[in-house]
Amino acid sequence: MTRHSGTRWWIAGQLLPLALLLPTGFGLLGVLLPTFGFHPGLNETGFSLQAINALTGDPSFGQAIWTTLISGLGGAFLSVGAAFGFCASIYHTPWFKRLRAPLSAALALPHVSFAVGFAFLLAPSGFLARLISPEISGWQQPPDFLIVGDPWALCLLIGLALKETLFLVLMIISALGQVRADAMVRTAQSYGYGPVRAFMLIIAPQIYRQIRIPISAVIASSVGSIDLALVLGPSAPPTLAVLVLNWFGDFDLELQFQAAAGASTLLLISLVAIGIWDVLERLTGQLGRLWIWSGRRSGWADIAIAAFGQSVAGLSLFASLLSVLVLLIWSFAGQWQWPEALPMSWSLSHWGSSMAAIIKLSVTTIGLACISTLLALILCLIALEARDKGGRSRPQILPLLPLLLPQASFLFGVTILWSALHWDGSVAIVIWTHLLFVGPYIYLSLHGPFQALDPRSALTARTLGKTRWATFLEVKIPLLFRPIVTAAAIGFSVSVTLYLPTLVAGAGRISTLATETLALASGGDRKTLGVIAISLTVLPFLALLASLGLSDFVATRRKGLLI
Amino acid sequence: MHLPLNFPSRRTILIGFTAIAVTSCSKPNPSAGALPGTWEEIMAAARGQTVRWNAWAGDPKINAYITWVAEILRSRFDIRLEHLKTDNTASGVTRLIADKTAKRTSEGSIDLMWINGENFAVAKQQGLLFGPFTDRLPNFKLVDTIGKPSTILDFTLPTLGFESPWGMAQITFFYDQARLPNPPRSLEALLAFATKRPGRFTYPAPGDFVGVTFLKQILSELCADKDALKRQVNPTEFPAMTAPLWDYLERLHPNLWRAAQAFPPDYPALMRLLEDQEVDLALAFNPAEGTTGVTAGRLPPTTRAYTLDNGTITNSHFVAIPFNSSAREGALVTANFLLSPEAQARKADPKVWGDPGVLELSRLTPKDRTLFDAILDHPSMPRPEDQARALPEPHPSWHLALSEAWRARFAA
Amino acid sequence: MNHQTSGLSLETVSISIESRPLLSNFSLHIRSGEVVTIMGPSGVGKSSLLAFVSGSLRPPFQASGRIDLNGRQLADLPIEQRRVGVIYQDDLLFAHLTIAENLAFALPSKIARRERQERVKAALVDAELPDFGPRDPATLSGGQRARISLMRALLAEPEALLLDEPFSKLDPALRDRMRAFTFERISARALPVLLVTHDPADVEGRLITLS
Repeated sequence: MTRHSGTRWWIAGQLLPLALLLPTGFGLLGVLLPTFGFHPGLNETGFSLQAINALTGDPSFGQAIWTTLISGLGGAFLSVGAAFGFCASIYHTPWFKRLRAPLSAALALPHVSFAVGFAFLLAPSGFLARLISPEISGWQQPPDFLIVGDPWALCLLIGLALKETLFLVLMIISALGQVRADAMVRTAQSYGYGPVRAFMLIIAPQIYRQIRIPISAVIASSVGSIDLALVLGPSAPPTLAVLVLNWFGDFDLELQFQAAAGASTLLLISLVAIGIWDVLERLTGQLGRLWIWSGRRSGWADIAIAAFGQSVAGLSLFASLLSVLVLLIWSFAGQWQWPEALPMSWSLSHWGSSMAAIIKLSVTTIGLACISTLLALILCLIALEARDKGGRSRPQILPLLPLLLPQASFLFGVTILWSALHWDGSVAIVIWTHLLFVGPYIYLSLHGPFQALDPRSALTARTLGKTRWATFLEVKIPLLFRPIVTAAAIGFSVSVTLYLPTLVAGAGRISTLATETLALASGGDRKTLGVIAISLTVLPFLALLASLGLSDFVATRRKGLLI
Repeated sequence: MHLPLNFPSRRTILIGFTAIAVTSCSKPNPSAGALPGTWEEIMAAARGQTVRWNAWAGDPKINAYITWVAEILRSRFDIRLEHLKTDNTASGVTRLIADKTAKRTSEGSIDLMWINGENFAVAKQQGLLFGPFTDRLPNFKLVDTIGKPSTILDFTLPTLGFESPWGMAQITFFYDQARLPNPPRSLEALLAFATKRPGRFTYPAPGDFVGVTFLKQILSELCADKDALKRQVNPTEFPAMTAPLWDYLERLHPNLWRAAQAFPPDYPALMRLLEDQEVDLALAFNPAEGTTGVTAGRLPPTTRAYTLDNGTITNSHFVAIPFNSSAREGALVTANFLLSPEAQARKADPKVWGDPGVLELSRLTPKDRTLFDAILDHPSMPRPEDQARALPEPHPSWHLALSEAWRARFAA
Repeated sequence: MNHQTSGLSLETVSISIESRPLLSNFSLHIRSGEVVTIMGPSGVGKSSLLAFVSGSLRPPFQASGRIDLNGRQLADLPIEQRRVGVIYQDDLLFAHLTIAENLAFALPSKIARRERQERVKAALVDAELPDFGPRDPATLSGGQRARISLMRALLAEPEALLLDEPFSKLDPALRDRMRAFTFERISARALPVLLVTHDPADVEGRLITLS
């Protein structure tokens, strides 16, 4: 009987990895095979290097690789450094405990909204320039400065670094709960170490294991960034991910092969980047040991990393706040011309005229998010329970795989499968594709709390004669109520902001607030853009507020719930 | 920058076959026979159908117009119109090619496509289109095929009834009279303007259709053999033919916005630069672009529009029905409604979209004609004599050849 | 006022939590080499007093008063400038470092490179674990870890030592050995030592009972 139910649980536990890996695996095959000339859908069943030659021979290839590396790796490296520096510099202060709420709020700001707002902040005709023009700056007309969309992708790099730093800071905060960081920092301080150095030498190495997966995810998503790259990245030529997006959309069938080769290259770049990171990480580890033997207590490096971390994180919070602000202003702006810092008149008409569209888009967006989040919660909880042996274990890597690959590297491949099955563009496929990204995030956020459950609660229930299933439903899930609510909010926010997955899986037939925002991002009426982008931005905030509210509600009724 | 010129790729050659295919293969699609006989029967069959319309969605004005069309079709003809929003018409063609390769000959995912030029050439050549069908549309009789020859001659290729004209486009320049009293009216003047006011002009990065059309515009004026533009690109002659174009751009680029290190991705982005006063001069395909901007309060009332003294490239855009459409009757009724005086007049209204119509006004009833009376008389519209200076589109193969050669030179 | 130049003095120390007083006007002088034990039930402010002396007292706790260590005023100094060692009931060995690295970490930076190795070796011998240098802390028993933890605190050359229920996690048999080990090592260094505990068996030196 027990063995039987164990088998059933084992099988149920495979549902999550299967649901995530099947499309991901097919997607990888779907770009790797055409890279080498094999594409039965287009009646090509031989193997050749033509696609790779076409890719490397493309005039934009060299520059695109370069800007992808600069922005992707540079953005990821900066954000890791800044996140650790920020936490190290502020960990020992009373500020630290109050950070979680503003950080979560800033993180809930969708990439797309951030990109659009950030671009308008920085542009030579943008908000910041208008604030000082013409009186202070003397600019009668916007200066011809290349800031947004520079050919070296530095603006994209900064945008990525600002956006990812906050994510990593939150990841570090939650990892800190797993070691006795506070007492250890105090101990190191009592030996005479400054707080920043104590954190970097003692805490950072210990929590690094938990941050590794998020760091790899940041590298992959920066290398493969589409939404930020379209708005902040270079245009002639764009980064590799955007080129791949363009090529896949072209009707020249030869370009399909070139696009596949480009997608494979993205994958390669991101794997190499993660490899480089691994080497750097070992080197840093060795360096850390030297440092420990040297016994030096403080120095300029502490000040530098603290200042760097604080300025990046501060800028990130500031830029996020201002981005929302300018989008909000645009959505209510009447006439607003250079160099006016604020609109010359205000108007509700954009909200009025877009209301029908907003409602329609919101219904689709929320529907997709709710269903994919619910499915992901069920699959993740079952998978966690199936693997639960009452002890601590690290998260499985397989369900996290979609996060560790650049989106473009497998999403296009999987559309070949969907269209062969005539499933392309259906709502079910879009939900499944959302699940690929919602699932891993929910899995990551539930893993820790699930491990932290006191195994004796479940054991007690079993000794009272409850089956494993009943124990799972009646003991564990209620105990996990708060983390589940938090995970649901995270999953919902992830789904709401997905751009490329919705675009590709929906075959353009399914519009969400995210796809609409990006469609309007580069041109079009900024007022409509402001309205749509604000509607998009509001959803994750509402999810966040709802989860906080629900958690508090439960907390006041069940004070004994520890997690 | 002195990079070796990229030869037109095999894509250009693909279009070469297109030309032959289009002129030699005018047999009607056999499945056309499956249509009901009379228009009334077609209208009856269309009731309850869902028409999925693949249409570029980069401009909210256009999206709003399509939403209006959908409302009328639903209330008047019981047709559900879905806008498949795309940033790139080519992706629709890709989808049809994939369908064709997968032998998906019915129940296709697209019922109507917004199309013209190269996309039409490829779709027609690959047998991706249903037709001919325009002779079945009652409103097609109203189309001005003589005054506006591009309504049946799409980028030099005869449409042969496989696409129904929907609107007109002409490269038009926009500026604020208050800031720029004498805009450049020739290519030479444009060069002088850029030298005098560096950083105050740019064009959309080719790849984008307005950007490529700007290249065609320069080439149409500067190339020695204008007839060659009507033909398929000849790879061996291409470098010599386009040399004056590249020479011109090499002189223009150092004085462009951002010194040509960055380009706006499309014309709405360029118009936004004009709104933000980052440039003093912009161009678009829609002559009413300035007027709609003024009406919406984005551009100052002193905004003016004009074409170059030697004329600017003009074309028509169309709707076509894919071979595997599952709602042909609905698509036909939609195409016919798009040609109605009511729909054309609304589309031409700068407050709505401002896209010039394709109808011959004299063929309209006096009552229908009044629909058009008020809308063209706006100070921010180009004058009729500006609009009369129309240059034809080159052969579709020039689109990709120019865009790839530009990319090799300026985006590598 | 009579300032002692050697040892640890607390003068009129008051500690409160959210304006509820825990300790008021508490004064104490510990000479160098002297051990003072403060005993009392939990919640009486023993650990808060230690945190105040070590510099780690945080809101919602608030404290006032003077702390004098060998003539230095500590109250406004950050933890790292106080030179006050603390031993907790948890050993708090750093899991990512070897035993030798844990010890080396505490050595003051003024000690030359070659001598550092020697000092670590000597500390390992003193801890009766001479070959444990390269070991991972996780492979040590509780008693072994406690000894390393103490040696580590002493290697930092503190001017005073605070012990916060240092033996409460050890089983009774080990406890006496560890107590003996600890006070043996400390007495050699002539430090002022403040021990807080709720367990009478732990008491050492002068006893002050709080209630």
